[in-house]
Amino acid sequence: MLAAIFVLVPLLAIFVYLVIKGLGSINIAFLTNTPKPPGEVGGGMANAIVGTGLILAVASVIGLPLGIGSGIYLAEYGRNRFGDLIRFTADVLNGVPSIVIGIAAYSLVVVPQKHFSAFSGGIALGIMMIPTIARATEEMLLMVPNVVREAAYGLGIPKWRTTLSISLRTASAGVITGCMLAFARVAGETAPLLFTAFGNQFWNLKLNQPTAALSLQVFSYAISPYDDWHKQAWAGALILIVLIVGAVAAVRITTSRGMLKGGA
Amino acid sequence: MPDSVDPMKPPEPLGQLPKPVVEVPSLAQVGREPKTGVTAAVLRKIRTTYPRSSRIPDFAFGVIILLSAISVFAIVVLVVWELISQSRLSLHQFGIEFFYGHDWDPVNGNFGAMPFIYGTLVSSFLALLLAVPLAVGVAVYITEMCPQRLRAIISFLVELLAAIPSVIYGLWGIFVLAPLLREYVEPFLARTLGWTGFFSGPAYGLGMLAAGIILAIMVVPVIASITREVMTAVPQNQREAVLALGATRWEMIRMGVLRNARIGIVGGIILGLGRALGETMAVTMVIGNRPEVAKSLFAPGYTMASVIANEFTEATGDLYLSALVEIGLALFLVTLIVNALARLLVWSITGGTARVRG
Repeated sequence: MLAAIFVLVPLLAIFVYLVIKGLGSINIAFLTNTPKPPGEVGGGMANAIVGTGLILAVASVIGLPLGIGSGIYLAEYGRNRFGDLIRFTADVLNGVPSIVIGIAAYSLVVVPQKHFSAFSGGIALGIMMIPTIARATEEMLLMVPNVVREAAYGLGIPKWRTTLSISLRTASAGVITGCMLAFARVAGETAPLLFTAFGNQFWNLKLNQPTAALSLQVFSYAISPYDDWHKQAWAGALILIVLIVGAVAAVRITTSRGMLKGGA
Repeated sequence: MPDSVDPMKPPEPLGQLPKPVVEVPSLAQVGREPKTGVTAAVLRKIRTTYPRSSRIPDFAFGVIILLSAISVFAIVVLVVWELISQSRLSLHQFGIEFFYGHDWDPVNGNFGAMPFIYGTLVSSFLALLLAVPLAVGVAVYITEMCPQRLRAIISFLVELLAAIPSVIYGLWGIFVLAPLLREYVEPFLARTLGWTGFFSGPAYGLGMLAAGIILAIMVVPVIASITREVMTAVPQNQREAVLALGATRWEMIRMGVLRNARIGIVGGIILGLGRALGETMAVTMVIGNRPEVAKSLFAPGYTMASVIANEFTEATGDLYLSALVEIGLALFLVTLIVNALARLLVWSITGGTARVRG
């Protein structure tokens, strides 16, 4: 009992501080302006909010298909030596510190391109999404009873249709949860973005240019010596959390009704 | 079925059967079948594995899925290869000395990683020291003692701790935890335990102790969820047997549950260690970032991950960059070993069924 209380105290403390300090400094200017030069009061993080969206979009484009694809492989084809190898590498990839992924993305994308970019940041985050999604997809597909697949084959449905529109559809609730977990995990990542997306004080919508991200902005404001920036860091952190929770909730709501609804 | 049914030919299978179907070649095919060569072998394989109607789509789907699985493997190989090739310069220059050299002097091109290795190890072990009793306590409370209704809420809240981005932990660490340590905790520790030498020197707030505490908070959910997993795997009979021998509830938990689950718990702890070793942002923000080996926990330190985070974009010269990548390589190898060990331990308890998230 005592242990539980001990663990929950920091959690509550973090949330209370986030809300109190963050709400105090969120205003319209914060949401619509770009950062002011050091020392000037005011300015906002609008470009960072958009930049985070941009980077996460790239990450999802890379992470979702590869993650779900390899999950399908592990569940439907991978009951063999090679499958075990892939399973092990996915676990290895899951344990790689995010900063190391950042170094790899830096030397793979940034160095040949010769400048920092949103694209490279997206690749780094996309790589980090793959193992979580793959293992979640595999687990969920394995929970689909084999009878369902056999029934589909019995109706003459080819294997690819069976996998995509029957097994995967049945498992969709769990797969989507896995994807959201992965998404939430990388949305707040900072370390791999330090030397891929790099950050930017100005508006940028181009994929091949340095891009601001909320998490980066929070980091650089938090370690800065300016009081006003500290306040903005809290506000940015609050918005980051709200965006993550909001995105997860939105996906949950849209998928829990309508055609995407899964059986699990 | 078409009108002209060949009596010799079995009806076409409608869906894929579990075993490959050996097709009886029709008259038109017999003469044209290529007998040798790789292409022919592949074609024959496709022809015999899949029913005719979905032959091409099924094969294409299989290939796409296989490619995405291979990509996972390729990414890991690529990451390792990049790390090795980028750090080659420093590997050649310093050799094994890199890992016990004390000097980190970019100006003179002298690099030794000892202060960072020390910082990483000390902050991680400090974190485990604080986190393990808490995490095991939470897991015991959730599985054995908690009322059913509270159980879901508490485990959800603990999982939520894992979902907070590390940069927010760092923010909280700088503005809430560090002042708290500076004003109250560190002076108190210095007064009571100062004689041990671990708690001496000026109280900055930011330093090894702050890093350890932040890491502990971040590692608790990892250890707690695995511990819960392996404790649920202990059969109910075991508990009843121990209780039937007249044990109290605490004795039952200690002898019946914890002792059986201990290997799995150790696995969870090592997995937590893996997380703590690689954690970057929160630690960078609170540890103080000074590359030196100090005995006092109040003193600022530096970790492997934070030195990469802080200096990578500012590194001038190939050797400097290469030394930083070598630290990254070392970090990768250590976490790889730690994670592999942990997974083996957890698997050996739960028989490969536990959900392991690191």
